[in-house]
Amino acid sequence: MAAFVIRRLVASVFVLLAATFLMYNLVALSGDPLEDLRASNAPNKEQLIESRIKLLRLDVIPPLRYFLWLGGVFQGDLGLTVQQRSVNALLEQALGSTLQLVTIATVVAIILGLTVGITTALRQYSGYDYTVTFISFLFFSLPIFWVAVLLKQFVAIGFNDFLEDDPQLPVWLIALLTIAAGLLWASIIPGALRRKIITFAVAAGATASMLVIMNLIDWFSYPGLSIVGVAIIGIGAAVGLTALITGLKNRRALYAALVVAGLGLALYFPFQFGISYSITEWWMLVALAIASVGVSLAIGWFMGGVDKGPVMRVAAFTGFFTAGAIALDRFMMVWDDYASSGRIRGRPIATIGSSTPNLEGSLWVQGVDIYTHLLLPTLALILISFATYTRYSRASLLEVMNQDYIRTARAKGLAERTVVVRHAFRNALIPIATIVAFDIGGIVGGAVITERVFGWTGMGALFQNGLDQVDPNPVMAFFLVVGGLAILFNLIADLVYAALDPRIRVN
Amino acid sequence: MSNLNAPVPSGGVTDAENNIANKEVEGLSQGQIVRRRFFRHRGAVVSMITLAFIVVLAFSAVGFDFSVFGVQVKTPGWWQWTWTEIPTAQNGGRPTLSLVPEWMDGEGVRFGDHPFGQDEIGRDIFAVVMRGTQQSIVIMVIVGLIATTIGTVIGAVSGYYRGWVDSVLMRFTDVIITIPLIVIGAVLGLAFGKLGAFVLAIIIGLFTWTGLARLVRGEVLSLREREFVDAARVAGATDRRIIFKHILPNAIGVIIVNTTLLMAAAILLETALSFLGYGVQSPDTSLGKIISENQSAFATRPWLFWWPGVFIIAIALCINFIGDGLRDAFDPRQKRLPSARALAKGNSGGLDRAAVVVTARGAGMQGGGDGAGGVGLRGFDADDPRPRGGGYDAARDPKKDS
Repeated sequence: MAAFVIRRLVASVFVLLAATFLMYNLVALSGDPLEDLRASNAPNKEQLIESRIKLLRLDVIPPLRYFLWLGGVFQGDLGLTVQQRSVNALLEQALGSTLQLVTIATVVAIILGLTVGITTALRQYSGYDYTVTFISFLFFSLPIFWVAVLLKQFVAIGFNDFLEDDPQLPVWLIALLTIAAGLLWASIIPGALRRKIITFAVAAGATASMLVIMNLIDWFSYPGLSIVGVAIIGIGAAVGLTALITGLKNRRALYAALVVAGLGLALYFPFQFGISYSITEWWMLVALAIASVGVSLAIGWFMGGVDKGPVMRVAAFTGFFTAGAIALDRFMMVWDDYASSGRIRGRPIATIGSSTPNLEGSLWVQGVDIYTHLLLPTLALILISFATYTRYSRASLLEVMNQDYIRTARAKGLAERTVVVRHAFRNALIPIATIVAFDIGGIVGGAVITERVFGWTGMGALFQNGLDQVDPNPVMAFFLVVGGLAILFNLIADLVYAALDPRIRVN
Repeated sequence: MSNLNAPVPSGGVTDAENNIANKEVEGLSQGQIVRRRFFRHRGAVVSMITLAFIVVLAFSAVGFDFSVFGVQVKTPGWWQWTWTEIPTAQNGGRPTLSLVPEWMDGEGVRFGDHPFGQDEIGRDIFAVVMRGTQQSIVIMVIVGLIATTIGTVIGAVSGYYRGWVDSVLMRFTDVIITIPLIVIGAVLGLAFGKLGAFVLAIIIGLFTWTGLARLVRGEVLSLREREFVDAARVAGATDRRIIFKHILPNAIGVIIVNTTLLMAAAILLETALSFLGYGVQSPDTSLGKIISENQSAFATRPWLFWWPGVFIIAIALCINFIGDGLRDAFDPRQKRLPSARALAKGNSGGLDRAAVVVTARGAGMQGGGDGAGGVGLRGFDADDPRPRGGGYDAARDPKKDS
């Protein structure tokens, strides 16, 4: 194993060196870095050209200049741009901005894609399966820049117009959503026709009543979950997760999850109108999230009895969801302040940039600001990668479900839930894990177009500005990060696969 | 792919089941079987017809106009405007296409002078979009050809010879694969985009073969251990003959399926590059470039934006569906067995149903025994009898190659 890792690492270093060499020369030879100066009418043109040649060492031919650059990299210096700014500083800023953009999109796309892929695999060849298949093919074929413009027009501008005066959902939209929700649930939940009809009615009724209530309480102007919403989410999570992970027959797990949800509810008012005001830094929020999961784990441990593991898992997930709902509610509370503030002027969904300049307010207001700016690019990114994850997880689960040991598990008389969750799902995750590792390696470089459309100054801008000016240094800084991450995660993917699947041996 | 010809297991219901499956393919060559399966995939057939229609429309409407390395090819089209002509704008450039017939209170079905509208200086968008579609299709085909050739050869050589040849070629592949496509496309497009769509396509093709090479290598690695390759070697066949006549025809499914996926990716890559300004350059045009130029005009002239986008999606979607159909057609594991319910219904009573479940194990063993690259056995299942459906696994799973 160690020998394998070392050999792969050494090979990776050489691959990266070769790739950077290739890339450097391609960038350096892609155009004339002095073009803008040659065309200018400045009186000191010759002098400017002279100084730029000196700055970028243009007197050295590109293959040799690469080694000058490489020498700098080994000393931690990525060089200067044409404008004489430090690439290190630019890279740091760009990387932060891009990570902020792609992290949430990737996480959401993975969770959504996995969920949808698994449900389609379990309902193979159903109407739901065919619909999702068609939709994922469609998403595969969408050019992201085209989607982005549509999102700007219909989601941002349309939604902002909707919010402008007395937002009320029109009746036809409520009817449409109601029918869609009913059909969706009826096609996912198995059963005979009678049960399907009941499912349809329940889902449609719940959706319709929720939307009508939202209209009645003017939800779109003053969004919030209130303690009722948090209670529904917390108790729903407790029951749902118990049913999913251990089955409702495991009373210990159910009670532990309900205790966690109850604790969350008990802390709702103290948090919303007390504790939350003293949270002024992001790390405090993260610490609170960790603390709530920790407390949930402890509750699970104490109530777990002989079989602590699954109970702790159920409790921890319930705690996470309940705490998340409370935090979400807190963010929603400042929505009205945010939307009507002087910098926003009632049009909250942003179409460009990564934050509102000069926006003042608490951490919660800043959070809402980040959310409104992330919404569109995240949607665009999710649309694209959602399709891949859906197809992969569907194929993976189908492959596992057709194996002999699944039939054995069923033959033993295990419940279908146990067969799917315990036996099939875990093994289906193995190939997904490697794909996720690949994708994480690729996300930093994958958002070039999205960043450009939504005006984020991240890695994509670093790359593009550098390339437009035939300036290898920023382009190479971009590539060093992107290529390095790709190679690193490639290695990690192989190791994860070997670690998870004993059938694969690395040597 | 050769387990299409696997012997039919005998015994009980397995026999009945395989008889139904085999009756359809009796006396047919593999090509015929594949073709027949492909034409049964409705989505793929519809896509193929749509794509053919788009191709004919695009190339006949405004005529060819390409210059390859100095050789000019130019033919007239049947459409009244060319994509460079600038007629005067009518009615604010609004599209004259109308599909709502008069009896539905519409303006009647008509195309008018400018069915897709005009841009701000008056160019006919139908002609411009057709020109862009031509470019996209040309790029797609050339990229497909070049990338497939390079990928197949490198993958086959590396998988067949193994050893240091394999190491060198695969490390070379790693180097290329490390550079994101959009990045290398942008860098090269900046340098070569001015030379026209052909050169751009060749350049893109030179860098998009990596995934295919890995897949072909994996396929060849497993195929070269098979008996028919030993037989060919004993008969005195040269390496070249073994690779091209014996091994590659057996890997044709993987190659064709991935070529289609690659072509769909190429079309999106080209439009993305043109959108960023590194692809096809003015005065020529492409679908991505039209969108890029007009994205700010969405509020005032949305047709400048809708039509090129619709054509990009239509082409990519068609290619993806055709690829899906081909995958189903080439993968012997994907054959749709008659369902257990149908079989059980044919027999009578619950006892026979149980017999189906028990004896069907044999079929499962047979089907999954030597599936290329597959892990474990793909059995027959009482609750869900259909074999694994079309997924992206076999063709796109990056782990299948190593």
